Amino acid sequence: MTPTSDVPQTNPGTQFGFLDDFAVREIRRGLLKALAIPGYQVPYASREMPIARGFGTGGMQITLAIATPEDRLKVIDQGADDSVNAVSLRRFIAASCPELSTVTRTPEATIIQTRHRVPERPLVTGQIMVYQVPYPDPLQIVEPSEAKRRASHAHGDYARLWVKLYEDVVRFREVAISNRYPARVAGRYVIDPSPIPRWDLPKLHRSPVAHLFGAGREKKLYAVPPFTNVVPLAFDDVPFEVERFHDAAGKRNRCQRCGADDTFLDEIPLTGQASRWQCNDQDRCSENLGYPNGA
Amino acid sequence: MVRETPVLTASGLTRIYGRGCSDCVRLTGDAQGRNICPACGSVVALAEVSFELWPGEILGVMGESGSGKSSVVKLLHLDDRMTAGSATFRESDGRSHELAQVDEVEIRRLRDTRFGMVHQNPHLGLNFGVSAGGNIAERLLCGGERRFAVIRETALGLLDRTEVPRGRIDHQPGQFSGGMQQRLQIARALAPRPELLFLDEVTTGLDLSVQARILDLILEIQRELGVAMIVVTHDLGVVRLLASRTIVLRHGRVVEAGLTDQILEDPQHAYTQQLVMSAL
Repeated sequence: MTPTSDVPQTNPGTQFGFLDDFAVREIRRGLLKALAIPGYQVPYASREMPIARGFGTGGMQITLAIATPEDRLKVIDQGADDSVNAVSLRRFIAASCPELSTVTRTPEATIIQTRHRVPERPLVTGQIMVYQVPYPDPLQIVEPSEAKRRASHAHGDYARLWVKLYEDVVRFREVAISNRYPARVAGRYVIDPSPIPRWDLPKLHRSPVAHLFGAGREKKLYAVPPFTNVVPLAFDDVPFEVERFHDAAGKRNRCQRCGADDTFLDEIPLTGQASRWQCNDQDRCSENLGYPNGA
Repeated sequence: MVRETPVLTASGLTRIYGRGCSDCVRLTGDAQGRNICPACGSVVALAEVSFELWPGEILGVMGESGSGKSSVVKLLHLDDRMTAGSATFRESDGRSHELAQVDEVEIRRLRDTRFGMVHQNPHLGLNFGVSAGGNIAERLLCGGERRFAVIRETALGLLDRTEVPRGRIDHQPGQFSGGMQQRLQIARALAPRPELLFLDEVTTGLDLSVQARILDLILEIQRELGVAMIVVTHDLGVVRLLASRTIVLRHGRVVEAGLTDQILEDPQHAYTQQLVMSAL
């Protein structure tokens, strides 16, 4: 990895995408390795960014390293395009990547950087998902030592993670992991799919797009290549289930804005009356309504 | 079930802590009365220990503190690697493994599925962060079992077998008495149906009635499952009750080996004589 004779020439005055060429090359190489070994956590030298680590620097570095002037970028945070984090990240990337356009409509995007959600609308070939990851290692909940975790990954030993599932089923009659649900990629490495809800996990299975994960603080990259098996860890007789949005009478709640009954819903508690339910994926909700505000 | 080959053949087991020198083995041992090499200062924990373990047999390993008896178990359970010598472990399906050479992946498989280990201190053998059932489940999950109902049933069966009340399956081991923790350790060790069980001072520190129940349990397991065991102890009573054959270690060497009754009734080595005398 030591730069040799073909050292990239860096010209800070006109640098596209903020990162210097060394960083871009290292991150791209890391991503290629991550795609070649699905689910394996590739260490990389996470760069100092103008935002604090833990605020999405991992995802941002991936986006900046792969973006081209022709790309159309969508940034979401918890399904929303207009939350503070999403807006700030999008503005920064747009400012440091002149000519790159930013969009909010899922089908128009070529790169979708996200925290906590995968868009409801099915992804298509040509798009790339980029995830901001706080904790890249699924074994972190059962093993504090990184050296031991790496040995476990190398040996394919996930028994302690399975024990956690066993304990959950004993205590709660189901697996009590709401997000970051561990999943086995291509039959080998188990990944932490970042804090996406269980609802989104099946969308990674044999997805037509590449899913790239970046943990800036933990300095790791990993990936799920297109058309790769992603299987949630679950006992044969206690199947994996996604979130249910049913009321006490067993009826599926609908989005009270667009009426959808096939999306991940947010519950908005209201004082003195029943909660309001609304699509978490803001773009999908607006799309269902035919974009009334032209968004 | 009857086989004509030993489960385990150890020959020339040696473990030296320190840089070691060519004179280490010659300058230490029972005749020299020390296990620290005067030439280089290395500790010769174990040297030239050889024995065989046959299917269904219980072998006693006896000796004073520092004699190297726990090192025997550490080397064979692959918690530590031998400096010299060899040990061959033969599975019932005929596969044999040279323990001096097995790689990390094979070590994990052997420990997870073929060996069982019961420590003197339950904190070493149990995970106190998960329930009793979880401790047993971990061993089954290591072996690849993925059916929750089967894991649950097997765990309950093992608790029955080791006389831990079924109702305690979801309790943390920290809430168990010392004797129950020890029985849970045995249940956990037995979960993957191992072919070789190591028991390191399992009754030390327990009161006499609890000791007796655990020893009974070990004998029953041996009778029913035919597991070969290596029992490390400094307690003459334990080897007398459990082991058909015994080796006596001192300063890392075997100073006496043979049928347990013979050793206890007619000890040949001065140290063994002293040991037997002081116990009676």
